[in-house]
Amino acid sequence: MSGMVFEGTAHKFGRDVDTDVIIPARHLKTTSPDELAAHCMEDIDRDFINRVKPGDIIVAEQNFGCGSSREQAPVAIKAAGVACVVAVSFARIFYRNAINIGLPILVCPEAARETESGDLLRVDLDKGEVTNLTRGKVYEAERFPEFMQKIVAAGGLMGYVKERQKEQ
Amino acid sequence: MASTLAEKIIASHVGRSVEPGEIVVTGVDVAALQDGTGPLAIMQLQELDMVRAHNPEKTILFLDHAAPSPRKELSNAHMSLREFAARTGAVLSEISEGICHQRLVEEYVSPGDILIGADSHTCTSGALAAFATGMGSTDVGIGIATGKTWLRVPETLRVVIAGRFATGVYAKDLMLHLIGMIGADGATYMALEFVGPGAEAMSMPERFTLSNMAVEAGAKTGLFAADEETRRYLDEQGRGSDYRELAADAGAEHARTVEIDAGEVEPNVSAPHAVENTRTVSEAAGTRVDQVFIGTCTNGRIEDLRVAAEILERRRRHPGTRLIITPASRSTYVKAAAEGLLRIFAEAGATVTGPGCGACVGVHGGILGDGEVCLATQNRNFQGRMGNAEAFIYLASPATAAATAIAGVIADPRDYLK
Repeated sequence: MSGMVFEGTAHKFGRDVDTDVIIPARHLKTTSPDELAAHCMEDIDRDFINRVKPGDIIVAEQNFGCGSSREQAPVAIKAAGVACVVAVSFARIFYRNAINIGLPILVCPEAARETESGDLLRVDLDKGEVTNLTRGKVYEAERFPEFMQKIVAAGGLMGYVKERQKEQ
Repeated sequence: MASTLAEKIIASHVGRSVEPGEIVVTGVDVAALQDGTGPLAIMQLQELDMVRAHNPEKTILFLDHAAPSPRKELSNAHMSLREFAARTGAVLSEISEGICHQRLVEEYVSPGDILIGADSHTCTSGALAAFATGMGSTDVGIGIATGKTWLRVPETLRVVIAGRFATGVYAKDLMLHLIGMIGADGATYMALEFVGPGAEAMSMPERFTLSNMAVEAGAKTGLFAADEETRRYLDEQGRGSDYRELAADAGAEHARTVEIDAGEVEPNVSAPHAVENTRTVSEAAGTRVDQVFIGTCTNGRIEDLRVAAEILERRRRHPGTRLIITPASRSTYVKAAAEGLLRIFAEAGATVTGPGCGACVGVHGGILGDGEVCLATQNRNFQGRMGNAEAFIYLASPATAAATAIAGVIADPRDYLK
């Protein structure tokens, strides 16, 4: 995931967006990312999956991804084409899961609060920087701790374990 | 240096003292998957060519979220877990056995353990002074195969409880009150530690209810010290030898302390669609309810069923309100049968199901209709939780649930207790 810069349209959500609305349990009968993506966010925003374009960015208030531990939540978001999620804060299981499956996430409270749906954002993961191109503002995001940077750089926990297997 | 309970348990696994905020790689004592998250974990291990269990006797695969399976896709998911158990020697907990969190405290988790489970309510076992935390499928899959995981050592939010509940008030009411106070993200990344005379006076089942809902405040786990009550509980489960005393050091540093007098807590409900949306039962009284659900890892234990039976005995549910009762585990079910509780429930007009997660997760056995209102004893009332985004869920104690089933509207359990 190194060297990644994303540019996309923001889709803004409120606080406490839980994994039951990101992907409802009734759709967990499959592990296919595309089938999961088809139902992403449908309980709070039925039209989201039709509006979202590859490379778009989800922006949310605090505690994004709270609730159930289902890893299918970040999988569904990623498969829907979302390049990255920027939030005031994330629930901890979602945070781990997103890193593990290679969905870039950034904690950037100011950017998340000041962004509205439709704004064009540029996210530079290496610099840890969010630019709101519509409003002409640049924000600094929190950096990952070093250990997590290694997992992110390997594209997720699977990639990290594979690398370790090769070393041995 | 004085340590919190979370720091103490992690330190004993990594062989040195630890500080909040640092990331450690630690051994795992118990690992758990369930039928919703397990298939993905197994797929990941297949891709890594790591289909194995480092510690098969303490790797448990639970068929509880869709038990018995309502559709062929979930039946196939069950098959993948059965096959993984057969190949690796891991323990399979069949559809007859009950909810993972209840089964884990009954049989598998001991004070001082580190438990990782691919289910957010894995924090339930924290009541046994185990560092028990929920993770995703990949994390737990890799924990199963390697016997290791990584953790960020959490800060601790200490909840000091004084006093004892008044009649008609239960552990559930206290936990709803706490989450209303600190919010759905009030303890994100932290461990909750329940201390004080009120916490010490609580029975293990009451402690399980509190620890179970730690994640609803964003916490990583919800811990109690292991004390004489823990010993009594483990003895009762036939595993007294798993007991060891464990408590935080005096003078350990906490990120925050919250004080609650249990004697001041009222019966509470959480209104749709957030757990933190709490109010007293008197404020919500009179709301029409279509379905009442008593059960789950929060409140489906024998003690919960006894409270419900006390209120439902010689009474009948309101004709406009359905009542579903689901024991948390097979052992709960057997006790409820032996004590005549199932008969009281059936005579009161309840649908009594086999043990498992039941209606809580919204894949079978009690999915709500459009616009319907349910009052349930579970831990979560998110939109769509019980299978329908057009429905409304209130959370409450088993006593409030039983009173509501009789009244047909949200009712105060104190009006039904002698």
